[in-house]
Amino acid sequence: MSEPDSGLKPSKPAFWNDPKVRALFFQVLLIVALGYFLMTIVDNTLENMRSRGITTGFAFLDEPAGFGILQSLIPYTEANTYGRTFVVGLLNTLLVSGLGIVLATIVGFIMGVARLSHNWLIAKLAALYIETFRNVPLLLQIFFWYFAVLGALPSVRQSLDLGLGIRFNNRGLYLPEPIPENGFSIVLWMVLIGFVVSRFVKRWARKRQDATGQPFPVFLTTLGLTFGLPLIAFLILGSPLHWEFPELKGFNFKGGMTIIPELLALLLALTIYTGTFIAETVRAGINSVSHGQTEAALALGLTRVQTLRLVIIPQAMRVIIPPLTSQYLNLTKNSSLATAVGYPDLVAVFMGTTLNQTGQAVEITAMTMAVYLTISLTISFFMNWYNKHVALIER
Amino acid sequence: MSKTSYAVGEHPDLEPPASTIGVIGWLRENLFSNWWNSLLTLFGFYLIYLYLPPLVEWMFVKAVWSSPDRVPCDAEGAGACWAFIDNRFTQFMYGFYPKELYWRPNTAGLLLIALMIPLFIKSFRWKWQLGAFILLVYPFIAFVLIHGGYLGFELVETNKWGGLMLTLILSAVGIVASLPIGIVLALGRRSTMPIVKSVCVVYIEFWRGVPLITVLFMSSVMLPLFFPEGTDFDKLARAMIGIIMFQSAYMAEVVRGGLQAIPKGQYEAAASLGLTYWKSMGLIILPQALKLVIPGIVNTFIALFKDTTLVLIIGLFDLLAIIQQANSDPEWLGFDTEGYVFAGLIFWIFCFSMSRYSIALEQKLHTGHKR
Repeated sequence: MSEPDSGLKPSKPAFWNDPKVRALFFQVLLIVALGYFLMTIVDNTLENMRSRGITTGFAFLDEPAGFGILQSLIPYTEANTYGRTFVVGLLNTLLVSGLGIVLATIVGFIMGVARLSHNWLIAKLAALYIETFRNVPLLLQIFFWYFAVLGALPSVRQSLDLGLGIRFNNRGLYLPEPIPENGFSIVLWMVLIGFVVSRFVKRWARKRQDATGQPFPVFLTTLGLTFGLPLIAFLILGSPLHWEFPELKGFNFKGGMTIIPELLALLLALTIYTGTFIAETVRAGINSVSHGQTEAALALGLTRVQTLRLVIIPQAMRVIIPPLTSQYLNLTKNSSLATAVGYPDLVAVFMGTTLNQTGQAVEITAMTMAVYLTISLTISFFMNWYNKHVALIER
Repeated sequence: MSKTSYAVGEHPDLEPPASTIGVIGWLRENLFSNWWNSLLTLFGFYLIYLYLPPLVEWMFVKAVWSSPDRVPCDAEGAGACWAFIDNRFTQFMYGFYPKELYWRPNTAGLLLIALMIPLFIKSFRWKWQLGAFILLVYPFIAFVLIHGGYLGFELVETNKWGGLMLTLILSAVGIVASLPIGIVLALGRRSTMPIVKSVCVVYIEFWRGVPLITVLFMSSVMLPLFFPEGTDFDKLARAMIGIIMFQSAYMAEVVRGGLQAIPKGQYEAAASLGLTYWKSMGLIILPQALKLVIPGIVNTFIALFKDTTLVLIIGLFDLLAIIQQANSDPEWLGFDTEGYVFAGLIFWIFCFSMSRYSIALEQKLHTGHKR
């Protein structure tokens, strides 16, 4: 130091008042307390399991399960392992969540728009739907559909005939199943090709519009390419698809696709319940776009449809997507209520039957929770990505 | 017409066209403004025509309101069998709680209502103190009253609790206990200390990422393993611990929303006044933040209230479970719909009124921070 020492030093807080020291102290304290807590739990758990004769580890996954599962997307028999039951349950959970998300989105968007309708009656009916089903527990709704509605359907022999070969009874919904023949894969490839080509058309059309101002009917072209092209291929190939109809043989219907009542009840309840929340989200999103935007768009000479498509929806989506994501997550988590009516989802099959049979509480709980955590984090990651994608359009 | 020409500005005002005013005008504007709307309106009326009359007939006109047995319900063309509900009503409300002791939960409930009334009176001065009393002291009073075993009250085991009473107890305990934990977690998540922050983030995201059912399963199966041998928990306590852990994560996010809504200047002002962290939080930030999130807390309460039905999966007899059990009573078989409609109505009344309250509150509180 070149300055003469004046003998005065800047006052320094005592070390126990130093924010850095304190932060360090509290964090060390937290770690110690947490570590002690976890260690006690692990210790107790191991002790308890030893005294109850439960082995730890994941070896049980290779043992034969020995119980049947009502619905399985992959081949499964009682001789398969517990590991396989896990996969079966997981796929069933994904199936019901996926279907539920698609259906609830459709219902939610229709009802959300309907609630904002200028038509007084339609708006009131939509409000009635939303306020009724939003305020009743989901589990109650599942029970209602399963026991009171589907349970009251006629038996197999008195099945309701819904036309087109669709039969409906208390064992489920029987649908004709499309059976692809040789060459059907070409049709599917055409869908993909049509979609890809239409992307290029869109890019070209935008470039042309930017350069010359001439619009091009992109939407219709996309529609024509993705559906028309496969349709032409389908007809040229001589309709390589036939329908297998469910037929009454003995005591039950054989052939075709069956949607078991458990799945149906769960889907109905999930769709109707989550649909109300999505409807409210959509309403809030559309309301958040100020009316000036509509007026400005109309003043620029856009048509009503163009206003909606180019001005309102893109802005509303930005508000809608984050809460929509959490609704999708809720639906996925709520699909675990399947266990109450016996739909074989992950919780019912794995955390229910498998846990009861093996007693491996810790491993099974950890695996099940890990699955839901992964699904949650993946969906929210994907939605965050999409959200950013949408938000980039902003100035 | 007596006069056919007017000087400029002398023309008397004409009536508006008949088609734009009154009932016809309203109908034209709101129901039949164009062909598409007319179609929708007709569709709506068709739906109402299809479902409303049979529903009213089933629910009210042809319903059997009370009867000691199911005979009138089985009659040809009988509507809803409310007699089923009527016979089971006390069980739906109290579960298997001893009949002669119903006064105890009743007293606890009435006491709570009596204590809450002043909170809604504008000029009442001791709101904070009363609120603290309700949150800190009342639970013990209620416990002694409902559970008994102290002060000469006869003990009523928790496995006898049930019905709407249990639903209310579970949700009330869940919300009251998760609030302080949620506040601490929310503060922790906004902390600058990296370890504190990450512990809170992991806790919150973990519980928010898993379904309540798995949490309840976990607390009923795994919780006994966590404690030294011989520690015995009753089922209700295990369910409550699960619900509180789960709910506190959601509560933390609600509170965090409030903390984020407080302008940075408030934090800085509190710091520049020389307040310590806890003082600035307790005196400046939290009172404002919590006021902002009351509607959010009410909404979480609604969600929790609906979610308590899941405890039936681990074998507790809440309102839905009791009704489910009554449905399978051989003497009253086949009246599932009535049971579910009744349960739905009760849940609906609670949830709908709370959500209205929350909306009203939101509008009332939306004053200080509106810009």
